[in-house]
Amino acid sequence: MEKINTSFSRRSFLKSSVLASGGLMISFSGLSKYMPEDNIKPINLADEWNELTGYIKITSDNIIKILNPNPEFGQNVMTSLPMIVAEELDVDWKKVVVEMGPHDNVKLGPQFTGGSNSVRMYWKPLREAGAAARQMLREAAAQTWHVPMDEVTTKAGMLYHEKSGKSGTYGDFATLAAAIPIPKGVTLKDIKSFNVVGNSSKNVEGLKIVTGKPLFALDHDYEGMLIAMIEHPPAFGKKLKSFDASEALKMPGIKDVFSLKLYEDGYEQTGFDTRTFNDLLVVVGNTTWEVMNARKKLKVTWEPTSDTKEVIGGFRGKTEVIIPAGLESTSSHLEKMTEYAKKPAQQLRKDGDPETAFANAAQILERTYTAPFLAHNCMEPMNYFAHVTDEKALLIGPHQAPGWIEPTLAKILNLPPDKIEIQMTRMGGGFGLRAYGHYLTEAALISRKVKAPVKLVYSREDDMTYGIYRPMYTATYRAALDANKNIIAFHVKGGGIPEHPVHANRFPAGAIDNYLAEGWAIPSNITIGAFRAPRSNFNAAAEQSFLDELAEMVGKDPIEFRLELLKRAKENPVGKNNDYDADRYVGVLNLLKEKSGWNNPENKKYSRGVAAYFCHNSYAAHVVDIVKKDGQPYVERVFSVVDCGVVINPDAAVNMVQGAVVDGIGNAFYGGLTHKDGASEQNNFNRYRMIRYKEAPKKIDVSFVKNDVDPTGLGEPPFPPVFAAVANALYKNTGKRFYDQPFGKFIELNRQRM
Amino acid sequence: MATFNLDINGKKQTLDVDPKTPLLWVLREHLKLVGTKYGCGIAQCGACTVHFEGNAVRSCSLPVSAAANKKITTIEGLSENGDHPVQKAWLEHDVAQCGYCQTGQIMSATALLNKNANPTDEQIEAAMSGNICRCGTYVRIREAILSASSKK
Ligand code: FES
Ligand code: FES
Repeated sequence: MEKINTSFSRRSFLKSSVLASGGLMISFSGLSKYMPEDNIKPINLADEWNELTGYIKITSDNIIKILNPNPEFGQNVMTSLPMIVAEELDVDWKKVVVEMGPHDNVKLGPQFTGGSNSVRMYWKPLREAGAAARQMLREAAAQTWHVPMDEVTTKAGMLYHEKSGKSGTYGDFATLAAAIPIPKGVTLKDIKSFNVVGNSSKNVEGLKIVTGKPLFALDHDYEGMLIAMIEHPPAFGKKLKSFDASEALKMPGIKDVFSLKLYEDGYEQTGFDTRTFNDLLVVVGNTTWEVMNARKKLKVTWEPTSDTKEVIGGFRGKTEVIIPAGLESTSSHLEKMTEYAKKPAQQLRKDGDPETAFANAAQILERTYTAPFLAHNCMEPMNYFAHVTDEKALLIGPHQAPGWIEPTLAKILNLPPDKIEIQMTRMGGGFGLRAYGHYLTEAALISRKVKAPVKLVYSREDDMTYGIYRPMYTATYRAALDANKNIIAFHVKGGGIPEHPVHANRFPAGAIDNYLAEGWAIPSNITIGAFRAPRSNFNAAAEQSFLDELAEMVGKDPIEFRLELLKRAKENPVGKNNDYDADRYVGVLNLLKEKSGWNNPENKKYSRGVAAYFCHNSYAAHVVDIVKKDGQPYVERVFSVVDCGVVINPDAAVNMVQGAVVDGIGNAFYGGLTHKDGASEQNNFNRYRMIRYKEAPKKIDVSFVKNDVDPTGLGEPPFPPVFAAVANALYKNTGKRFYDQPFGKFIELNRQRM
Repeated sequence: MATFNLDINGKKQTLDVDPKTPLLWVLREHLKLVGTKYGCGIAQCGACTVHFEGNAVRSCSLPVSAAANKKITTIEGLSENGDHPVQKAWLEHDVAQCGYCQTGQIMSATALLNKNANPTDEQIEAAMSGNICRCGTYVRIREAILSASSKK
């Protein structure tokens, strides 16, 4: 059988892709789309690219290649970011070749996927890169034709001089243009004249995806590559004491079993060096299946950890954190949260005199909300390829922030950054988890130790029980009403394990005279990390459910109620630093009213719930329509409205919002990771329930507010408000308010009682 | 170790491997057919779905010994160039986000449509609920299946 190896240098890759033409594309960072395919000439491709800005390469044969700078984890930047370049470059999108860029923060910018930032942070640089290259091409044509540059126009990859009737392709002038210095100031197109941005384009990797090409690092093979897996402690609060590998070593295909320390004592972590376990028990062998089997033969003794001090550096300077010892359980977490909620907390914001207002209130509404730890459960489990020698390191795999992990690798491997090459592969999901780089460091250290190329693979169980979860949260909301049911004070006190979720300056801050926000936290040895819209994903659930109940109490329509508060926030805002734009908030709610037929009597047959939220500079609102299916509440359809400024690739943006809605419904109904004596009680999808096809809505209708605002976030903003829209619709459907996630647990209980 | 005659994507081959090895790992690690994905290893996510004598099965839970001498089709065998009607429908509706689950989804959908060209909503639900999509592309999966079915 032919062994498939991926070549790493561009030169050899291009050779192999040509050899494989019509067959399997064996590449990691390969050409993603080439149109027209037949025009690619095998002989001269490798050397003939003229580089015009770091993002754009053009051959003399007029093949135009645009590099996607940012890690792709399903947000579709492979398509949308090159579209932005193509727009300003003025090329025919259908003829553009798209390729994943190398990791190069100098040429290709920050290269970080997270915080719904990809389009936001690349919008200007990519437009400028496209416009600069276009200007260089015009300049080159002007020089050649001896005409003023102002008279040279472009259209779809062609240059024209109207007066003389001269014309040429970009390719004709690429070599000359590449020698022209990149212009300093360039004129960008008027957004109104866009013809690539704002028109839906298909995913450039679509064909590879549906044909199962080796796009993901887990699919990657390399000459002499070994497979490594790590046996981590069975519980948080435990560590490796000793092991006997004699039986495991006798298993077929097994090369080595050893323990390894990830960070040396006193290692100063960055904010994304989070790791749960430091003493690693590693099994290395030929194939994943053999290593999985050998792990079952390990005899391991684990011991309790003691309180450990960790030093974490960051933008705000060094902090010391004590990670407590102990085996924690969900039941004790809940008890502790109740206890802490009653203690004094840190004041985060105060407007007016909330204490007096509450004391004088005619009526007070007080509700407490909770949510569990959530595992990210990326469909492709954590894995990374590493080939590390004393001189250099090659790392290939799925990671959201190669630029953040590189300094860590440099320190730990004691190699200069220019000896570390990181290649970005398409990720099978990320959701925040892959911003943390422990598994790269693990892979690198294992490769160095076994002196061979190694792919570190996490099993689903390893992945789910490792930690770096969405924290466990709670919040108590209180509102004070006067005798006329006016809201005179608002109080949110939120806490969590091990951080609080409160965004003190978010709505309804700014809309209520007397306002208090407080936060508290309980330390834990269960590690946490960013999870799609960190903190917002809980706040929106709690706050927007509370506002729904409050609207009902004051006898108002839930949308009108929010609009009134927003009117106040706009016309006469309370306090400072309100971090939302009331107009844009109002905009999504108004459009949602229209799109969902909010006041249309026909829709009365649905149990409807509404919620809206602001995060990552964008605004999102949903109406969730629940019906009974087989006696159970089922979200049959959803209407979503988002204001994220200019939308690059509308159909892909719709897909992203639909996915966020499904993700929100799934986590609201079923998501949750619980612990007993430090161990996760769910370690695979048989116990960690994920939303499935039959539970997903049949229809998710997505609309965008149209404006010319520079793009704001999209991957995260639609997610948080889904939880509350579901809770509010469930109330309509069941007559019961839902305060504790996941709601599904309580629905099941209800049914049993009935 | 034992020798097995495998019939994968119409190609007959002999392989010497531990009989308990799941077909998933034989495909991925021995035959380098990596379009079949690992997601859970316990028949819960559907990422590893292949056709076994025309039926959608989870290859992570099928020992290679049970696959011997049976007709197995993987995503690589579905079409030469990605032009199977179901793959085309997937492209038309631009279903994928991260894409990791999609080969399994396509294999489940194809097995269904091969037997039942015009499935009802309930039949689609039954056939597709073994495949998890973490990115939540179910609405588009439904649209793609409906358009592939009406084209048949
Ligand atoms: S890997 Fe087989 S069903 Fe998940
Ligand atoms: S597209 Fe990402 S898991 Fe389905």
